[in-house]
Amino acid sequence: MYLYDDLDRTLVTERAAEFRDQVARRLSGELTEDEFKPLRLMNGIYLQLHAYMLRIAIPYGALSSDQMRTLAHVARRYDRNYGHFTTRQNIQFNWIKLAELPDAMDELARAGLHGMQTSGNCVRNITTDQWAGVAPDEIEDPRVWAEILRQHLTLHPEFSFLPRKFKIAVTAAAHDRAAIRVHDIGLRLHRNGAGEVGFEVVVGGGLGRTPFIGKTIKPFLPKRDVLSYVEAVLRTYNQFGRRDNIYKARIKILVHDLGAEAFAKEVDAEWQPIKDGPLALDPAVVATVAGHFRYPSYESLSDNPPELAKARASDRRFATWFANSVTNHKAPGYAIVTLSLKPEGGPPGDATAEQMDAIADLADRYSFGEIRVGHEQNLVLPHVAQRDLPAVWRALEALGLATPNVGLVSDIIACPGLDYCSLANTRSIPVAQELTRRFRDLDLAQSLGRLHINISGCINACGHHHVGHIGLLGVEKNGEEFFQVTIGGQADENAVLGTLIGPAVPYAQVADVVEDIVEAYLELRTRPDEIFLDTVKRVGVEPFRERVYATR
Amino acid sequence: MTSPLQQKLRITGPVVVTANRLDDGAVIYRTSGGEWSRRLEQAAVVTTAAAATTLLAGATADDITAVGAYVAPVQQDADGALRPGNLREAIRHAGPTIALPGVI
Repeated sequence: MYLYDDLDRTLVTERAAEFRDQVARRLSGELTEDEFKPLRLMNGIYLQLHAYMLRIAIPYGALSSDQMRTLAHVARRYDRNYGHFTTRQNIQFNWIKLAELPDAMDELARAGLHGMQTSGNCVRNITTDQWAGVAPDEIEDPRVWAEILRQHLTLHPEFSFLPRKFKIAVTAAAHDRAAIRVHDIGLRLHRNGAGEVGFEVVVGGGLGRTPFIGKTIKPFLPKRDVLSYVEAVLRTYNQFGRRDNIYKARIKILVHDLGAEAFAKEVDAEWQPIKDGPLALDPAVVATVAGHFRYPSYESLSDNPPELAKARASDRRFATWFANSVTNHKAPGYAIVTLSLKPEGGPPGDATAEQMDAIADLADRYSFGEIRVGHEQNLVLPHVAQRDLPAVWRALEALGLATPNVGLVSDIIACPGLDYCSLANTRSIPVAQELTRRFRDLDLAQSLGRLHINISGCINACGHHHVGHIGLLGVEKNGEEFFQVTIGGQADENAVLGTLIGPAVPYAQVADVVEDIVEAYLELRTRPDEIFLDTVKRVGVEPFRERVYATR
Repeated sequence: MTSPLQQKLRITGPVVVTANRLDDGAVIYRTSGGEWSRRLEQAAVVTTAAAATTLLAGATADDITAVGAYVAPVQQDADGALRPGNLREAIRHAGPTIALPGVI
């Protein structure tokens, strides 16, 4: 975990006090809604269909057990006993009362939590790999760099009123679990031919109305230059990004219009004068930030201890969960455990206050007090001793958090959709719920292999439908809900946008259509380990189009 | 942003004015008495652009009770009973169409 210092604590506490005053002035009528709205948005407070929604930042998806307990308390005391983990590693509460928000903010601030920069045209929560620091395939801990960027870009006066919101993601692993190529800036730590570690800088990725995969404008950036270069990208965007049309204001449009090469030249011109100035990172500063991360004192353990081997051999259900939800860890004898927030019939990403409290207790007992949030809307216990896995599994089973569907067809990403969101055109949660019922047979789900379904209730694409292996986009036609279906998208290091297979289908037929696509895949694949994406790449969308529309 | 009052209203059937309550965000409807109600059946129903504009002007002027007032379609049954005019308004009126996970 990263340990906040007095500066962080003071900042968060002062912001909560400032917000209390702003709310009081709004409720008394001293501030109009036009005056208050930008202030509440700067604290992550939206007005949705039925109530205010509070979005709380979870920097790089890392939570302590105490922070999770605070979230549980806020859910219980100020909301309706649950929260929603989002595709940007944040949490949202859907039923917060404005009059009670200052008290909730105070309680959150005491745990180091806040809603700053979770809304508005600023740099949003910086995300990373939910397995950061423990993944065997990473070359170093990307959270250190996410934290350096967070410190520099929090309340940065020059970047508080950008043309539009701005999202940054960092990864340090060979396999991109942070979807960096669909972010405004994606940073990938890697080693160059000389063995030095630096960043590949990707810009102009994004989903929404006009989706783009980001372009690499700097294949290798020395680590010392990451702050100055990000600053130069933001300055370039701030200067040239469009402010006349909200739909063309994201950096992806600027990069597309200028071309990546021309954009890179503009960035370079901005960067050269500042690269050797105060933003050049002193290794001592990096070491100080890195020193604020506390790593567990792992025991000296061996892989596959007898307790684990026995449970795997004797309990098929445990073995199934282990194969699906447990991942190798850097430290011998430890494991990374993913907690599925996708139970059959459940809203993707939701957790009750009781679950949050219980997860915090499990983290304290089995994971050195740490929890992670992944962009797929699941949670992670990042440091579980392998000998404890049977006990952890039993506890998660009792909590409804051990559905062994991670990465499978029922591990669905979905936005809140029209059940909550004032921007949505269609519902997305009920579609996800129905699909989890259709694919409740875990043997079938496992036989399908890796298959991601992503659902968005409108063109803003919070459910990342463009990069779903199967993507569902809700559209409204004459007052009715329809869904466009894309296939072949992916969000990782080989990121690609899905291809539309045909006309939108009615809401009531969406689950049938997905079943048709899955059946077609089963017939088309050449062998059981050819995953859905590979089949689509091999045969194209046409066979799927034919299957779906032949009888419709 | 264009004020709701500056937007040209196209009224093709019965409408009401709705907003969210300032202190808790709850859905509210403008009544014919110039107040707000949580109950759709107490909403003032108008059928012309002029009447809707007048109703909306009164609602928008009340910046301390309500936020984001706008004109929303309703359906009126033969007996006068009101129903929301589209899915969005139906969900605002009745709440999410899903069971909430945290119900205790």
